[in-house]
Amino acid sequence: MNTTAKTAGPPPTISVDGVGRNFTVSGQTLVAIEKIDLDIQQNEFVSIVGTSGCGKSTLLNMIGGLDEPTSGEIRIDGVPVDGPGRDRGFVFQTYSLFEWMTVEGNIRFALEKSTFARAEKDELVRHFIHAVGLSGFEKAYPKQLSGGMKQRVAIARALVYKPSILLMDEPFGALDAQTRGMMQELLLKIWEDHKVTVVFITHDVDEAIFLADRVIVLASRPGRIKKDMRIDLDRPRSYEVLTDPKFAAYKREVLTDIREETLKALGAGQA
Amino acid sequence: MSAPQSRQPRPRKKSASLFQLRQDIPDRVFFAAGFVIPAALLLIWWLVASLGLVKPLFLPGPLSVIGEGWRQLTEGILFEDASVSIYRIVVGWAVATIVAVPVGILMGNYRLVEGLFEPLISTARYMPVVALIPLSILWAGIGDGQKILILFLGTFFQQALMIMDNVKNIDINLIRAGQTLGFTNNEILRRIILPAALPGIWDTFRITIGWTWTYLVVAELVAANSGLGRRIMDAQRYLSTDTILFGTLFIGLLGLLTDYLFKRAGKSLFKWSSQTR
Ligand SMILES: Nc1ncnc2c1ncn2[C@@H]1O[C@H](COP(=O)(O)OP(=O)(O)OP(=O)(O)O)[C@@H](O)[C@H]1O
Ligand SMILES: [Mg+2]
Repeated sequence: MNTTAKTAGPPPTISVDGVGRNFTVSGQTLVAIEKIDLDIQQNEFVSIVGTSGCGKSTLLNMIGGLDEPTSGEIRIDGVPVDGPGRDRGFVFQTYSLFEWMTVEGNIRFALEKSTFARAEKDELVRHFIHAVGLSGFEKAYPKQLSGGMKQRVAIARALVYKPSILLMDEPFGALDAQTRGMMQELLLKIWEDHKVTVVFITHDVDEAIFLADRVIVLASRPGRIKKDMRIDLDRPRSYEVLTDPKFAAYKREVLTDIREETLKALGAGQA
Repeated sequence: MSAPQSRQPRPRKKSASLFQLRQDIPDRVFFAAGFVIPAALLLIWWLVASLGLVKPLFLPGPLSVIGEGWRQLTEGILFEDASVSIYRIVVGWAVATIVAVPVGILMGNYRLVEGLFEPLISTARYMPVVALIPLSILWAGIGDGQKILILFLGTFFQQALMIMDNVKNIDINLIRAGQTLGFTNNEILRRIILPAALPGIWDTFRITIGWTWTYLVVAELVAANSGLGRRIMDAQRYLSTDTILFGTLFIGLLGLLTDYLFKRAGKSLFKWSSQTR
């Protein structure tokens, strides 16, 4: 039984069609993702949750062109994905900044392959440093920044060249709760201002619901879509939504699904 | 934002704070601590020698070793030996490095290159360099080339493997970030992998030049008429234990100095690195 997350309507920005991914681990085939069908519309904010090892990163990497499906196909605006491209920006959990470059240098580096004029690039760098609240830290090196600040540089670096899609793999996973909350609000603001399609992976159910238009729950071993849930909460969102009864209902549903999957994984002795 | 101040700050126990797990201690204390054990050894040495517990032939006292050092210094022997040896060390290490850096970097990035070189290098690094002296003479004669060849052989293989590891240890997501930003493999190699691995590679330089020093005596074992290692081997013939001891300690001292210089240079070259402290 497969839940598909295909949609009717306008052609999707991201279309994942019957995608599976097997790994060969010491001669054995490991089915990381069995078969996923998923459409994501332009400017949609989609969160993906699921137990550890269910294939979230694998799916995101394939959308990003960093990994290839074993079966099926992924298309961006109708064009099959063939490697990474500048229509997609990526933010990793490990920050992954270029330590030998300043904040400004990191962001400017991302523009090197863009065709913008020089003055435009300067303006873009300035704009995004401001958008992530790092004005005044242009000349700082990543080593001198806190985790939240580093991740803000990474977000600016992933957006400065104007990709239409932002892929984020547990970007706030390493941050403390307060910083995390601030980063979520910042991300929503940037998303509203810049109109990008976001695919956001997280372990945190609150975070998934708070941010997204849709929450996709993945089933584990092998990975497939267990639920595709539309989140009907008002935008723009603020932290007050966390106490909304609708929020609680969504949360209960997602938690139940994840618990089921975790128990299954435990039962299979794989967790 | 200021935290509420408690009216009576508790005095911290100074003595206990030196023995906290992984806790930093004042730089001066750390620095001074390094002299404690050498000073104790020196004291024991001096006591043993001056009480006549061991014959001077086997263990000359500190004063006679220092006297020997003074003699070598004033007669100009020390300077000549040291400059010849340092020249050999620098050239031997530099040649090894010039080859090991590209080989190591390519091994760390391309599985094929790793497959090509790994078995050879892993075997070669266990070969005793002393055993290669006869061959090295046959191939490189008895001049400086032979000494440098020995130092090269002692350094290169380990160094190439360590540089491979330095390259492999960088965060894979840095490479992925480069790919998503549209850089070619070649650009990623030069502009991301290389700078990211550089602090680690520098540390490898520091460690391997230390090893090059340890091969100095081996390199100057045969057919040398000057050099710090040569002086030690010659002294053996005349049982000049003070010369042997002085030479050994002096090589150790130069090694320490090299290490220090590399550390200092690394600190200022890679201020940005989170590995450098
Ligand atoms: N390169 C690889 N080689 C072999 N197996 C892999 C590889 N990458 C992922 N896997 C396996 O595929 C499965 C899914 O991995 P993936 O990293 O996508 O999980 P995840 O949902 O992101 O987990 P987490 O929440 O812990 O990040 C896991 O069982 C993992 O061991
Ligand atoms: Mg993951």
